[in-house]
Formats: sequence, C-alpha cells, structure tokens
Amino acid sequence: MAATTFETGTPVGVRRLLGRALPYVVLVVSISPIVLGYAWLVIATFSYRTEGLFPIDAEGNIGGWTLRNWEFLTDPAIWRVTLNSFVLAVGMVVGVGFVSSMAAYSLSRMNFSGRKGFLSLTLILHAFPSVTLLIAIFFVLNFLSKIPGIGSGFGYNTVGGVALVMISLDLPLGIWLMKGFFDNLSWDMERAALIDGASRFRVWWEIIIPLIKPGLAALAIFNFLSGWSAFLIPFTFTVGTRVANLPVYMRQLISDTAPTNWNMIAAVGMFQLIPVLIFFVFTQEMLLSVYAGGAKGGT
Amino acid sequence: MAEAVMGREVARRPPSRWVQLKATLGAWGFMSPAAVLVLVFFFLPVIILFVISLTDLSSSNFSDPLTFVALDNYLRLFRDRFFPKILGNTLFYVALTLSCFNVGMALVLALLTTHISRRVGFFFRLIWLLPRITPSVIYILMWRRIAHQPPFGLINQLLGPFGVEPQYWLFEHPWLFVIMVNGFVGASFGLILFSSAIEAIPKDLITAAKVDGASTWQIIRDITLPQIRWPLLFVTTYQTLSLLTSFEYILLLTEGGPGLYTTEVWALTAYKRALKTYFGHNQWGYGAAWGFVLVIIGIAMSIIYLRVFRFGELVQEPKIDVL
Repeated sequence: MAATTFETGTPVGVRRLLGRALPYVVLVVSISPIVLGYAWLVIATFSYRTEGLFPIDAEGNIGGWTLRNWEFLTDPAIWRVTLNSFVLAVGMVVGVGFVSSMAAYSLSRMNFSGRKGFLSLTLILHAFPSVTLLIAIFFVLNFLSKIPGIGSGFGYNTVGGVALVMISLDLPLGIWLMKGFFDNLSWDMERAALIDGASRFRVWWEIIIPLIKPGLAALAIFNFLSGWSAFLIPFTFTVGTRVANLPVYMRQLISDTAPTNWNMIAAVGMFQLIPVLIFFVFTQEMLLSVYAGGAKGGT
Repeated sequence: MAEAVMGREVARRPPSRWVQLKATLGAWGFMSPAAVLVLVFFFLPVIILFVISLTDLSSSNFSDPLTFVALDNYLRLFRDRFFPKILGNTLFYVALTLSCFNVGMALVLALLTTHISRRVGFFFRLIWLLPRITPSVIYILMWRRIAHQPPFGLINQLLGPFGVEPQYWLFEHPWLFVIMVNGFVGASFGLILFSSAIEAIPKDLITAAKVDGASTWQIIRDITLPQIRWPLLFVTTYQTLSLLTSFEYILLLTEGGPGLYTTEVWALTAYKRALKTYFGHNQWGYGAAWGFVLVIIGIAMSIIYLRVFRFGELVQEPKIDVL
C-alpha cells in the first residue's frame, strides 16, 4: 500500500512512461525469433513456396496458398513412423511412470539398507549428463540384440531398445519427482491399511497410486512429450526408415540429396507439432514447473 | 524362571531379524526394476566406455579380439591437429551461451516478467518455454529458415529495409546462431527458477527500500540479487555441465561446420568419431576416449553439486507445486 502512495506522488513524465513501456518492449523483442519461426512454419505449411514470410506462387507473385504439402499424409511410410513415435511416447509414459513410482515409493516410505546410497546416487545421476554415455550404450544394445527372446524386441535398431534406453535415462528425474509427491502424502491411510494386514504392494497399488494421480499425470505428459519429440537417441540407435520415428524421418527428408521440399517438411513438422501444442495450451502451468525441474541435456 | 525369560528372548530375536530382512527384501522388490535399469544403462556404460577407450576398437576390427593400447587414445586426443580448435570452440560456446542466455538473459527476463503484471509476465514465460518443448528437428528447421540465404531468409527480409546487407546468415555467422539456438532453449530453465525465487522474496523488504527512496537498480543490486544467489549459483553450475556435454542442436544446425571444425565442440567430436562418421569408419576406441573425459568431468561436478547444495535441496525445489 505504501508503495502505491509513493508512486502516485511522483509526477508522470516521459521518463516514467518509458520506464513503464521498456519491459514490454524488451520482452516483445526477445520473443520475436520464436514468434517468427512459428509464423513461418504455419505460412510455409499452406503455401507453394516462401520468401521470408511471404507465400509465393509458381509465377513468383505473392499468394499461392495450397494444400499439396499435406499430400504426405497419403504415404504409408508416414503412418508407420507416426506409429513408432506413438509407441515410443506411450512406452516412456508407462515405463517411467511404473518403474519410478515403485522406486520412489520405497525410497519415500520404507527404511532399508541401501536407501541413502541409492537416493544420493539418483541425485548424482539426475545431474549427470547421460548423453555422454551414448557410445557405450551402443554396445549394451548390441549385446542385448544377441540374447534370444529379448534381442528382437529390445536390441539395437528396435523401437523397444530405443524406449528402454530413453526410459532408463529419464529414471533419475522420474524418481525424484515421484518421491516429492509421496513425501507430501499423509501416512495415515496407508498405516491403517498395513495394520489391517494388507501387503505393501496392495497398499501401493490400491491406495497410494490413486492418491498421486495428479503427479503421475504430470510425469506422464512430460514423458509423452519427450518420447514423441525424441531425436538424438532414436537417431543414434536406429538405421533406415523401418524403426525411425517422426523426428528422425524428418531429418532424413532434410538431408536427402534430392532438392529438399521445405514446405512439405514444414507440413510434416506441423503434423508432428499438433499433440505438442495441444499439451502446451492445456497444461501450461504444469509444464512450466516440470521442465524447470527436469531440464537436462541440451540445455 | 530364568529359563523361561531366556527362552522368550531367543524366540523374539530371530523374528525381529527376519522382519528386518523381509522389509529390506520387500523394499528392494519395489526398487528392483529401477535398480536393474540404472545398472545396465548408467553403471555398465561408464565401465564399458572406459574399457573401450583403452582399446583400438573400430568398425574395421569389430570382429577381432580386443587389442588394448593403454592410454594411446588419450595421447592421440591431445596430439590431434584439431584439438586446440575443438577445446577453444567448447570453452567459447559454453562461456558465451551461459553468460548471454542461460544465466544473463534468464536473469533479465526474470526481473522483467516479475516487474510487470503477473498474468502478462506468466504469458511471456510461457512463450519462452516454447523452444524447449518444440521437437528439436522442427526448432532447427525454423532457425535455418530464419538465417537462410536471400531470398528465403527471414532476417534478410526484416532487416533489408534498414539497409542491412542480405546474406546467408547461418553460413556467415555460424557461432551467432549456434549460441542463439542453444540459448533460446536454455534460458527458460533459469527464467523459471529465477522468477519463482524473485516472487518468493518478502514484499516488505522491497517496500521498505522504496520508502527509503531506493531506485529500481539499487533494489535489484542490494535486495533481489543477494536473495536469489543460491538459484543463481545452481543454474550456473548445472547449465555449465549441460552445455559442456550437449550437442544435439549443433549436430542438427551445423554438424560442426561450415567448413572444418568451425563450430565443432568436444561432445560432438566424441559422438561423431564413435557413432556417426561420414565415411562409415566408426572409431569407437578413440571416440570413447573423448567421451570418457566428459564423463569424468560429469561425475566430478555432480558430486560437487551434491556437496555444495546440501543433498540437493535445490534440485528438489522445482517440484510440481511451484508456481
């Protein structure tokens, strides 16, 4: 309140007006590359070709709106890579959600030898840059390929193998997030159930999991997006188009030796962005906080 | 009497040990999937990476038995003709991206978005999150078009009217774009942490300073910055490590070019030598040596965080309930 009185006390001059406007000007300028990039993507998706932000038709005039960039949707290849992307994303959701909520539950609730060690290990791994291990993981996957039964599903150059690597590298973050949720949960209901003779696993599955659904949902959305957008790990551990996901497929389109059809690639990008933008619009606050906690790798 | 007491004690002790064991086994039952995956995809790789870095394993002798060459790969690394260039690139890239964007820009944006109204500030923070959640391939596609040659590039079209020479920006100024591309993704991490830290500063402090006639700059210097020194230190150290080991965006944007090693950084060298060479000759042993140096730095720095930030209080801080 005091601050308001003081502010109204001073005369409104040009300097003050500038001071008011300056933050907005700086902020708007700062986001301009992001806005421009997105604007180009949307325009390019629906135009014959683009110069700067202008759509250009075959004769070189401004205009030339078209839907032909979306013809890739009739190509069966796109649906196969989309399915791969989807399987990877769902695999991440289920895998990280299940494994990390189990581990986090015992770290949060049980007293056992090795607890403290594993907890600090998780923390070290959370900060540890896992991309540096890709070279060695290549050999791990190669080895898994040779094991009968597992090899065809989770070895090198399989969607399962890529999913397994991505789940593992995401575990430290998942365990930390989930442990936070468990720590905030009251212990009473659980204790009552345990005294009544329910097993730990039943308590975890029937009482605890329903209570932390919001936390699981947050982790699920985060993992869906990282699985859906994954580039580096699928790119490193797959060959050719059979097991490629959408980002790897796009990369192959870009680096083809034939003249690149940028507008078609833009449309593929837009197609891939649809679920990302839906989550972005509807779960923004949650994403803001999870991404701050889970930022890793490139960034 | 004595016998009975002893008998009871004997009867009680084994169950208590049994219960303890059962509890530990049960807990590790819950832990086992995570423990196995961590073992196979973190522990084992660190060991494998070290062992391979001591061999001359490459795609030309993959099927032969391993030949150990001791530290030859590490010596070769330091004698590499491009070693000074790559080291210089790495330091340049980390220092500039960190100071200009991941900490510098993040701090400026955090101060600005907490200065204006809450909802508008939130909106801008949200837009800044977009680069991070945009799939990397699409994000790079956008930047490539922004910095493309005339007549396609967006910069040329926008700055042309102001008399700026049209050019192929990405080709002429590759570092500018490598840093911006990474910085625009990286800044949101600091931005979110800083702005929640700034919002947590007691309002009384700032009001009191205003009553005393402090200017905005004085308030920032004497109140805000000291109050958020821990998040500042955390973001700086955390992002140093991330930048040091990241290469995904550089790989997609320039692949280390244009030309020889122009924007090639340490992590990208390791990756390219071992896994994605142009000529199909993967030098796993040599690449692993490059990679293992980063692993050592990574482990050392992670342990330092653990100590400095007291069991990761700050790593825990950005939980879902923030904001």
